[in-house]
Amino acid sequence: MRNRNNWLILIVLLIAFSLWVDLSNSLTVYNPISDLPLVDRDVTVKLGLDLRGGLQALLEADVPADTVVTAEELTNAKNILQNRANALGVSEISMQTAGDRRIIAEFPGVTNPEEVVASLKQTALLEFVDMGNAPVAEGTKINTDFGVENPAATTDTGETIYHTVMTGAGLQTASVGRDQAGKYLISFELKGDATKIFADYTTSHVGQYLAIVLDKEVVSAPRINQAITDGSGQISGSFTQDAAQTLAIQLRSGALPIPIKVVQSRTVGATLGEESIHKSVTAGVIGLVVIILFMGFNYRLPGIIADLALICYALFSLMLFKMIPVTLTLPGIAGFILSVGMAVDANVLIFERLKEELRAGRRLDLAIDLAWSRAWPSIRDSNTSTLITCFILFIFGSTFGASIVKGFSVTLALGVLVSLFTAIIVTRTFLHTILDRIKIAEHPRWFGL
Amino acid sequence: MNIIKNRYLYFFISLLVIIPGIVYMGLNWQQTKAGPLQLGIDFRGGSLLEVQFAGPRPTAEEITALYKDFSTEEEPIADPQVQSLDLDSISIRSKAMTDETKGKIVSEMETRFGSKVTVLDFTSVSASVGGEVTRAAGLAILFAAAAILIYIWWAFRSVEHAYRYGTAAIIAMLHDVLVVLGAEAILGYYLGWEADALFLTALLTVIGFSVHDTIVVFDRVRENSHIYRRVEYEKMVNHSIVQTLDRSITTQLTVMFTLFALVLFGGESIRHFVVILLVGIFSGTYSSIFNAAPILVVWENREWNTWFKRKEAAL
Repeated sequence: MRNRNNWLILIVLLIAFSLWVDLSNSLTVYNPISDLPLVDRDVTVKLGLDLRGGLQALLEADVPADTVVTAEELTNAKNILQNRANALGVSEISMQTAGDRRIIAEFPGVTNPEEVVASLKQTALLEFVDMGNAPVAEGTKINTDFGVENPAATTDTGETIYHTVMTGAGLQTASVGRDQAGKYLISFELKGDATKIFADYTTSHVGQYLAIVLDKEVVSAPRINQAITDGSGQISGSFTQDAAQTLAIQLRSGALPIPIKVVQSRTVGATLGEESIHKSVTAGVIGLVVIILFMGFNYRLPGIIADLALICYALFSLMLFKMIPVTLTLPGIAGFILSVGMAVDANVLIFERLKEELRAGRRLDLAIDLAWSRAWPSIRDSNTSTLITCFILFIFGSTFGASIVKGFSVTLALGVLVSLFTAIIVTRTFLHTILDRIKIAEHPRWFGL
Repeated sequence: MNIIKNRYLYFFISLLVIIPGIVYMGLNWQQTKAGPLQLGIDFRGGSLLEVQFAGPRPTAEEITALYKDFSTEEEPIADPQVQSLDLDSISIRSKAMTDETKGKIVSEMETRFGSKVTVLDFTSVSASVGGEVTRAAGLAILFAAAAILIYIWWAFRSVEHAYRYGTAAIIAMLHDVLVVLGAEAILGYYLGWEADALFLTALLTVIGFSVHDTIVVFDRVRENSHIYRRVEYEKMVNHSIVQTLDRSITTQLTVMFTLFALVLFGGESIRHFVVILLVGIFSGTYSSIFNAAPILVVWENREWNTWFKRKEAAL
């Protein structure tokens, strides 16, 4: 009895929390003493590309099939692509490696897929730029005279145009090392002809600054401490290990560690996505209403309680989708609606058992307990098999960049798990709570008998 | 109600549905030379461009001519299939092309046909990726079947011949896979429906649901086999089916309601997917009642010994 009340309290708390999450776009909890936000979480529904429009591209290492691409190369390529994509100013870009030679890139809401793809494929431009005596801060965008004929000193708008001493094409290797003090630095070596250019330049510019610029953005602007004539040198600065590693990769490749090509590209217009979401939501609501009516009509009192559990199910699921967060796609919504059917199935199994036990003349409270314990093995085994299928779908979807399949399996699996909780615990708790307050023997029709 | 008694009639009904499907798979193969279904670009590679015209819509010939102009050695897109959608849109299928080419084609459309063009949907899949997805799909189904077989075997370890339950569930599942493939083959042959990644999702869902449903019936057999030890196996299985019949029908109805809602109101983009799910889920319920459980009886009686001896044993 006490146990049952505990469940009831937990369920009510869960409903309250779910309503809070479901109805708001961000969770903010303030610290009562300092008035600073303790928790501040964005809980808007994440929509997939097919619902909001955008571009999905599947990129593949453009190397012969028998060439092994290491996980490190792929991850580095992904990181560099991510940096480039971020520079485009598109929000919520997602890049994931898939399998051992692919990267899935998603750009929600872009309207110019050609430009995005082109900028991904371009080779990043690495330049060594003469800064004179006045270095600019890291991260600054600058203009350089590389590839410009008869360069002027400033642009039309008056910004300085810096002189490019040489480009990344002159670089042989770059690696991360440490100095005597244990600080991270980057050692590099130059190719033959570049050694000469570099030697001449550094000899005449000791004490000045030489910026390393990637795609016109200053990565670091070290001071030339001494002439570098042997074609090797070091870039010291206040690097963390990760920063040094990233810079070394960028220096080494100037571009990507492996060539990349686009093997699949999918663009969904925003109007189509909007229409789809509107229609799916309508369909979902209508389906839910029909099920609610059907259950109430078919199973009477228990049916109505199952309906309440079903509404809890919808609230909890939406809360989880927003909290985790799960990116909703069209098949994802379909998977969710299908899991509503499976949620109902668990209750149908129990209620059919309940009818059987009641017909066999058992007392109601006993019949309820028996119905639950006897229906449990079939609920457990059937849902486990669905979860197994979801798991295999998920693996399949992640490995082959089939994000459609992945989205479906995630929502279906979550739906199955939540439905187990609502159909078994929530329905039972509600049913007992009501039974404690009425004399059921007087109302057999409430149970459809 | 005696379902087990008429088991061969129900097997026959299944064959009546499956055999035409297989015939149409053959017809599709003959027509496309690529596979038993009309495979979409997800599986065979290619590109699909759906565009909407603000002004007058060009004819298929005009689009074909335009594509021809952009066809190159690397992107032989000269022979596109053009289809009208709604009143103002068209879909164009061709060999794979890059986003760059697509951009050029769209801007050429705007100048040549003098109308604002909106890209609704563009997908391009290279042929090698397509082939890989097909193989992976086959593997995914095999893995799912194997995992489920092992799980059922383990879950039914308390009854005699537990492996029979797993095997019967897999046979019923294969039945549903064949029904779904057959339906897709027929719809593909007449309506040009293409099997895409969503179709694959539908197929895998049907597999999950089919086994889900079969397990519920088998669970009753498992329970009853401990209660009615003296009763003939055949009668016990029949009793189990009848006991779970109400539940099977109710669940079937609720799932059908949601799927019908999706077909009617869910929009064009998932209609194909939902219709296949409807067929598969109906088949899943049928096969768990009329195939899976009767197979247990056929196996228990080793009836295959009599199939080819006496005529009256069959049907």
